[in-house]
Amino acid sequence: MLFVKLAKNGKIMLDDVDRRLLRYWQAEPTLSPADLGERCGMTAGKTARRIARLEEAGVLRGVGAVINWAALGYAVEVSLRVTLDKTQGNAFDSFLARARQVPEVIEVQTFLGRVDVRLSIIARDMAHYQDIYRSRILTLPHIADIEALMHVARIKMEAALPL
Amino acid sequence: MTELDAIDRKLIRALARDARQSASALGKRFGLSQPATWRRIRRLEEAGIIRARQLRLNAEALGFGVTVFLGIKLATKGRVSLEDFERAVVAIPEVQTVEHVLGMYDYRLRVVARDLPDFERVLRRRIMTLPGAGEVEANVLLSEERLPGPL
Repeated sequence: MLFVKLAKNGKIMLDDVDRRLLRYWQAEPTLSPADLGERCGMTAGKTARRIARLEEAGVLRGVGAVINWAALGYAVEVSLRVTLDKTQGNAFDSFLARARQVPEVIEVQTFLGRVDVRLSIIARDMAHYQDIYRSRILTLPHIADIEALMHVARIKMEAALPL
Repeated sequence: MTELDAIDRKLIRALARDARQSASALGKRFGLSQPATWRRIRRLEEAGIIRARQLRLNAEALGFGVTVFLGIKLATKGRVSLEDFERAVVAIPEVQTVEHVLGMYDYRLRVVARDLPDFERVLRRRIMTLPGAGEVEANVLLSEERLPGPL
């Protein structure tokens, strides 16, 4: 039987075993439920049930492969920080809808702060980037200002949550 | 660079979405045998195209209600080495990613915190005290989506 404890605010309550499981799994996402269980001192069945429970509660959204775009020939990565013209009521929605259609945009984030939207863009080389920037980015609607940060190196990669 | 065919591209996309799919399930979907699928995945990993697997956790459900991106400019370039800054910044548990960038900032950091007071604590005690840290700009993340990219 699955038993999910909920806190007063309706959020799932994790116990120490859940946290330990997620800590080990974050450190080694390729572990099977059986190997993961071994590290946490649980049977494979119990571990699988815990994982299913975390997924049902929406704590775990999945496990995905991380693509190395540089190895696929995309040597350039640029972070574009966009400020939108917010006098237009639908500026966010129409900008985002169009930005999603640019294949080289791999990440879209919205912010509260000086920057409204950030787009991660990959390109094969600088010439390719220039082309995307001019023909696909500058033509997006409601842009008030754009700043570019050119990616040099990744010092720390998407690290685990400090559980 | 490794030459990829259409099936490789489909495999990469499928695994980026869900890396727990078995080689036999993927093979069935794309018309390959289990060993052939396994060999292809192996090749993508060895070529470094699939760099790692990653858990996608709902940070908010786990009590991390705030994600902030920081742009950091080093104040004293030359006197403090980039290595000193980098060594210190990667050791902060709340700092999830560190990118070295060119532009108006030198580094871009992704920081998680339980709430805004917790973020302020991290900022004051951990970030502002980093060797060489100068101007810091903070933007609070409201939403984020990853797109499949040009495959």
